[in-house]
This record gives sequence, structure tokens and C-alpha cells, in this order.
Amino acid sequence: MSLARELLNSTTQVIAKMGAVMLFLGRILGQVPASLARPGLIVAQIHNAGALSLVIIMTCGLFVGMVLGLQGYDLLQRFGSESALGTGTALALLRELGPVVTALLFAGRAGTALASEIGLMRATDQLVAMEMMAVDSVRRVVAPRFLGGLIAMPLLTMIFVAIAIFGVQLVGVQQLGVDRGTFWSQMQGSVKMSDVTEGWIKGCVFGAACTLVAVYEGYTAAPTAEGVGQATTRTVVISAVLTLALDYILTALLL
Amino acid sequence: MASAPSSTRTETLSQHVVEVRDVAYSIGGRTIFSGLTLNIERGRVTAIMGPSGTGKTTLLKLITGQIRPDRGQVLVEGRDVARLSRRELYALRQRMGMLFQNGALLTDLDVFENVAFPLREHTKLPEPLISHIVLTKLQSVGLRGAWALMPAELSGGMARRVALARAMAMDPDMLIYDEPFAGLDPISMGVILRLLRQMNDALGITSILVSHDVEEITTVADTSYILADGKVVAHGNPQDLKKSDSELVRQFMNGIADGPVAFHYPAPDLREQLLADVD
Repeated sequence: MSLARELLNSTTQVIAKMGAVMLFLGRILGQVPASLARPGLIVAQIHNAGALSLVIIMTCGLFVGMVLGLQGYDLLQRFGSESALGTGTALALLRELGPVVTALLFAGRAGTALASEIGLMRATDQLVAMEMMAVDSVRRVVAPRFLGGLIAMPLLTMIFVAIAIFGVQLVGVQQLGVDRGTFWSQMQGSVKMSDVTEGWIKGCVFGAACTLVAVYEGYTAAPTAEGVGQATTRTVVISAVLTLALDYILTALLL
Repeated sequence: MASAPSSTRTETLSQHVVEVRDVAYSIGGRTIFSGLTLNIERGRVTAIMGPSGTGKTTLLKLITGQIRPDRGQVLVEGRDVARLSRRELYALRQRMGMLFQNGALLTDLDVFENVAFPLREHTKLPEPLISHIVLTKLQSVGLRGAWALMPAELSGGMARRVALARAMAMDPDMLIYDEPFAGLDPISMGVILRLLRQMNDALGITSILVSHDVEEITTVADTSYILADGKVVAHGNPQDLKKSDSELVRQFMNGIADGPVAFHYPAPDLREQLLADVD
């Protein structure tokens, strides 16, 4: 009985929170035109969320690619089809691994930074101070950060995929001896524009979801050290779960 | 004055910048105000005092429209703050400056940009003019030389002075100070006191001051209100308040540990609670 009640309670809470996040998204979208009028603020946030995440995205991309090269080669050579290495890994990266791993890294690097930054602005009265200076904090603080994340994430995804394919070829072609010509020509022959678009769309959706979670958690954080810490943790957890769930939905829709 | 007929309304407005009329407010089942009434006079320094937890900061939130009263009205320049639209509220706030307890400077901007912030957000002034205004405001708080520092590099007193310069940037009619003396060394405190008085006298700004530093209030405020139990328990000239007949006012003004405001938080009988563990 109490278990059922708890289940019901937490379900209602989740639904209520989803509603609150959607309302917050509405508020942000309402401020997007005003925000677009000041591109300087958005560019600064693309730098914060995107450029500052480049090193981690590129490093991880390289290693993911190298692992794929090893595993893919081992798998494919059992069927004597090592030449399909380029095609297989490129498709896997573009359509699944690229957007998903980038989103998880993005949530860990940029999402936590956003949540803790906005949470600390809340805790140190900076957001209230803005409101008291008759400046809408959603317009000035949240909307540019949301747009910055939204723009940075698909770019990071594509950079991740490019570096990862380089990693695959590093291991597959340079080390394990897959023929360079077949590797690239097969990839070129079988990867279609729609595969790239799928990755791009996923990057945009994950970017919107992760950034929205981060700015919402930061904006609504309890104004204490503990509150900011919890907001940061929740940002990573919710972003990760949301990314994987959305990935399934998007894949089902796009296939 | 509150019951003045509408024909004398303009006269009332010119004298009282803020009128709080029979305001009740409670949060989370705890009553903060029950029938709070007070007036803030134009061009004077009014102090709001009271023991911790009497809702001094809550009163500032009511005046600035951050929260709405459950009952009663808060009038600023004759307009009910709770009924203003967001746009009207923002227009009103552009004429108010607020100094937060910790300064609340924007940590990603330097001192110059912090003071320039309201100007950049609300005006389209050319850059030389913004620079001129910012440097003048910083000069008046004695920190023109610190224009390039980041907030993290400032001491508590300096941060509060920068925040004061920022609050002054839009030339407000009213300045609100939330605990301006808390945690300051005596020198910084003296500086803030001097600035507060100067701003008030030289520019004719109405100042509202929330504090529990009795000594400082006595030297700077023209009028004080003492809040307790959700109401105004005394008001008048700070010097007179010290000699008040009310035991509570005397306790507060002279800093006596026990009295009408009890030293002990309400608790069950000590003997009973200690012996309960033995049983």
C-alpha cells in the first residue's frame, strides 16, 4: 500500500517537474527574439559551452574511434569482411555513438558548468539583483546560454564524429592493415546524406534537452552550497537518462 | 494620513514615497506580518529595525514587488505594487536602487562593467557618455581607481561601495539598503555611513535602511521603525527610542540578552526533557 502510494507520489512529482520544465522552456523561447538582438552574449556562450568543451570532446572522440577500430576489425575479420570497417564504424558513429557520447560528455562538461554557474548566481543574489535593476534574468542570463548550448552541441557532435573516424582509420588502416582505398571508398559509397542528417538532428535535440535541463536546474537551485551541488548532480543524471531515452525515440522515428 | 480623503491625495503622495497599509504576509504556515502599517517619507533616511527573523528583508521584498502581501496594500509613489504588470513593475524598479547585503555584483563582469550594467541594459547611450557616468559614480564612492578589478578581487566593503555606485547609476529616486553594515570593519562602515548620508542630502534621494546595528542607525537615520511580532512596535527618532517606555524597544536599542524577546527558543521544560531520557 505504502509502496503504491510512494510510486504514485513520485510519478506525480516527475510529471509536475516535466510541466515546470516545459513552462520554463516557454519563457526562454519567449525571450529568444530579444536575445538574438544581442548576438555578442550568444557568441560568448557558444565559446563557453562549445570551444571550452573541444579538448575533452576531441580526446574522447579519438579514443572511441580507436576502440571501434580494434573491436570492429576483430569482429569483421571473423567473416572475412575487414573492408567494411570504414562503412560500419562511420554509420555507427554518425547515427548513434557520435550524438550520444557527445551529449553525455557535453552534460558532464558544459551542463554542470551552466547549472553551477546559474545556481551560484542565484545563491549570491545576482539574479535577484538583476530583477531589481529591472532586467529580466531569463532574457539576460538563461536565453543566451540556452541558445549557446543549442548551437554548440551539433557542432561538437560533428567534430567528435570526424575525430573518431580518424581514430578508426589510425588503428584499422595504419596499424592493422586494412586497405586504405577500400576503407575510404566503401565509406564514401555507402554513407548517405540522410545518415549525416540523422546525427545532426540528434545533436540538435540532445543539445536542446541537455542545455534546458542544465539551465532549469541551475535557475531553480536552492540558494545554498548544498542546493547548487544537488542541482549539478541532477543535471548530469537527468541529462544522461533523457539523452538515452530520446535516442531511442528519435531512432525509431528516423529509421 | 492613511485615511486622508482623495482630494488631498496628491499631497499625500508628495510626502510619502512608500505606504504600507495593514499588510499581512505568511509563508510556509509562519506568520511574518499581521497588520503592518508604516510610511516612508520622501527625502529622508528611514531605518527598519528589529530582531532577526522579524521579516525586515521580507518587507523590502514587498516594497520592491518581489512578493505579494496576503492582505493589505503596499503603495509606492501611490501605486499598489502588487497590482502592477511586469512592465510597470520594471519601470518602477528603474527608479529604485537596491544595495544587497553582499553587494550581489555580477561575478563575470569587472567593476566598470558592473556599474555600466543598468545603463547598457536600459539606455542606448554612446560609449563615451556611459564611461563618463560610470567613472563619476565610481569617483563618488572613491573607487575610480578600481575600475578594472573583478568582483572576486574586492574586499567586502569595496564590493558594497561598487554595488552602491551601480545602484546609483540610473539616478534613482529611492535607495534601499539591505543590512549595509553587516560584517564590515569599522572603517568601511564609516565610509558607507558617510556615503549614505551624502547621497541622501546631496541628491535628495529617499533612503530605506534595513539593519540591526543600533549605533550606526542612531547616527544616520532620521526616523526608525522597530518591527516585532509582525507589527511596528515603535517608531520615531532613534535617540528618543532609546529612552522608550516599552521594555521591548529598550531591550533592542540597548542590546539586552533577555527580556520580552526571550533568550530561549520555545522549548519544553528542561527538567522534563532531561529526565525523559533516564526513564
